[in-house]
Amino acid sequence: MAHTVGVSLYRDEGVVLRTQKLGEADRIVTLLTRDHGRVRAVAKGVRRTRSRFGSRLEPFTHVDVQLYVGRSLDVVTQVETLAPYGAALAADYPRYTAGTAMLETAERLTVEEREPAVQQYLLLVGGLRALAGGEHDPGLVLDAYLLRSLSVAGYAPSFGACARCGAPGPHRAFAVPEGGAVCPDCRPPGSASLAPEATALLAALLTGDWAVADAAEPRYRREAQGIVAAYVQWHLERGLRSLRLVDRTTPEGGQTVRATGDA
Amino acid sequence: MYEGVVQDLIDELGRLPGVGPKGAQRIAFHLLAADPADVRRLAQVLIEVKEKVRFCRTCFNVAEAEECRICQDPRRDPSVLCVVEESKDVVAIEKTREFRGRYHVLGGAINPIEGIGPDDLRIRELMTRLADGTVTELILATDPNLEGEATATYLARLVKPMGLRVTRLASGLPVGGDLEYADEVTLGRAFEGRRLLDV
Ligand SMILES: [Zn+2]
Repeated sequence: MAHTVGVSLYRDEGVVLRTQKLGEADRIVTLLTRDHGRVRAVAKGVRRTRSRFGSRLEPFTHVDVQLYVGRSLDVVTQVETLAPYGAALAADYPRYTAGTAMLETAERLTVEEREPAVQQYLLLVGGLRALAGGEHDPGLVLDAYLLRSLSVAGYAPSFGACARCGAPGPHRAFAVPEGGAVCPDCRPPGSASLAPEATALLAALLTGDWAVADAAEPRYRREAQGIVAAYVQWHLERGLRSLRLVDRTTPEGGQTVRATGDA
Repeated sequence: MYEGVVQDLIDELGRLPGVGPKGAQRIAFHLLAADPADVRRLAQVLIEVKEKVRFCRTCFNVAEAEECRICQDPRRDPSVLCVVEESKDVVAIEKTREFRGRYHVLGGAINPIEGIGPDDLRIRELMTRLADGTVTELILATDPNLEGEATATYLARLVKPMGLRVTRLASGLPVGGDLEYADEVTLGRAFEGRRLLDV
C-alpha cells in the first residue's frame, strides 16, 4: 500500500445539503458536518442502482461518514445512515419545501468550506428532526430555524428593545435594515408594522418557546413569516432561491378557516 | 472579465445546466484551442437539433412532428397516463414493453434549491389533459430519489380532488443485487411494496 502514504482519512457526522451530478455515475455531495464544517466530497458510482451508498447520500440524510482528503474535493469512502429524514419530508410537500429552504440556508451561512460550524450543524439537525417529527407547523419550524441560524451567523434580530436606541419594548414597528423592532422616535420610513402578537410569536420562535408558537393564530403566523422572509433576504446576498417555493398550505385548511372567523 | 465575444461565449455556456462559471471558462478555452472543423460540426448539430426536434404538443416527449409517435398511435390506451420526468424515461419504460398507455413528460422534478418549482414543469399542461375525464389511472413514474418522490407527492395531492386512481411505480431491491447492501430507505420501500407469492 505504498501509494496510500500521505492519504488522510477522517470520520464525521453530517447532513447532506445538496448533490450535483458528476460525470456518468458520480455525484458531488455537499455535507454540513459537525467538526469539519461544510465539506464537498465526491461519491463515486452513487448513481448506479447497485451502489452501496444507495439513498444514504440524498439531501436531508443525517449520516456518519468517512472521507479521505482529496486535492480539491474529498472522497466519500463509507456512509452509515443516522436518520433518513428525506423519506419523511418527500412524503409531505410543505415539509419538503420548508426543509429545502433550511438546507439552502445552512449552505449559504457556512461561507467557508471546512470551517467548523458546530452550532449551525446542531441547529440544522434539530430543525430537520422537528420537521420530520411533524409536531409543529412546518412553516413555524422553518421560521424558527431561519431566525436562529441567522442569529448564530451574527445577525440576531431584536424583538424587544428598540434596535437603534435601546428603548424598552415592545414596539410595533420593525425595521429590517436596523435589525429589529424600533421605537416611534427611531422608526425609519418604510418600516413594517407588526401586531404585538406577531412580535411575541417571533420572539418565541427565536427562543424556542413552542407553547407560545404553536398557539399563535394563522394571521400572526403570516405576519411573522413576512418579517422572517424579509430579514433573510436582506442578510443573504442574492436571497434564498427556495424560499419563494415554500408551500405554506395548512393541512385541510382548518387553521385558515379559523383565522377568517376571528378577523 | 474577458473581451467581447469570449466573454459572451463564457456567459452563454454558464447558463447551461450543470455548468458553473469555472466550467464555462474551461469549455470556452477548450473551444478556442480546438480544431475549427470540430467546432463547426458542434455548432451545426446545435442548430439542427433546434430546427428538427421539438416537443410533442400533447405529452412533451421529444418528437420530429407536432405529435410524437406514441401520441399518434391509436392502439395506445388513452385511459392510463404515465408521468415521467424526462424523455429518456419514456425510452426506458418503452424498452420494458410492459406499458401500453400514454405518457406525460414533466421536463424535470421539483427542486427548490435549484429554483425549480411546480410552475417550471409541465404540470399545468398535465392538469389540462386530465380535465376531460379520459384518463382514469395516473402512474407517477418520477425518479425514485428525493426530488422525484417530492414531485410525486405534490402531484398526488394536486389531482386528489379528481378522484383518479393514482399509482406510484414500486421501488425496492435492485434485481441481481444482494440484500445486505441495500440502504435503509430502499429496504424499507421494498417492505412496503411486498407482494403476495401465490404458488
Ligand atoms: Zn406525445
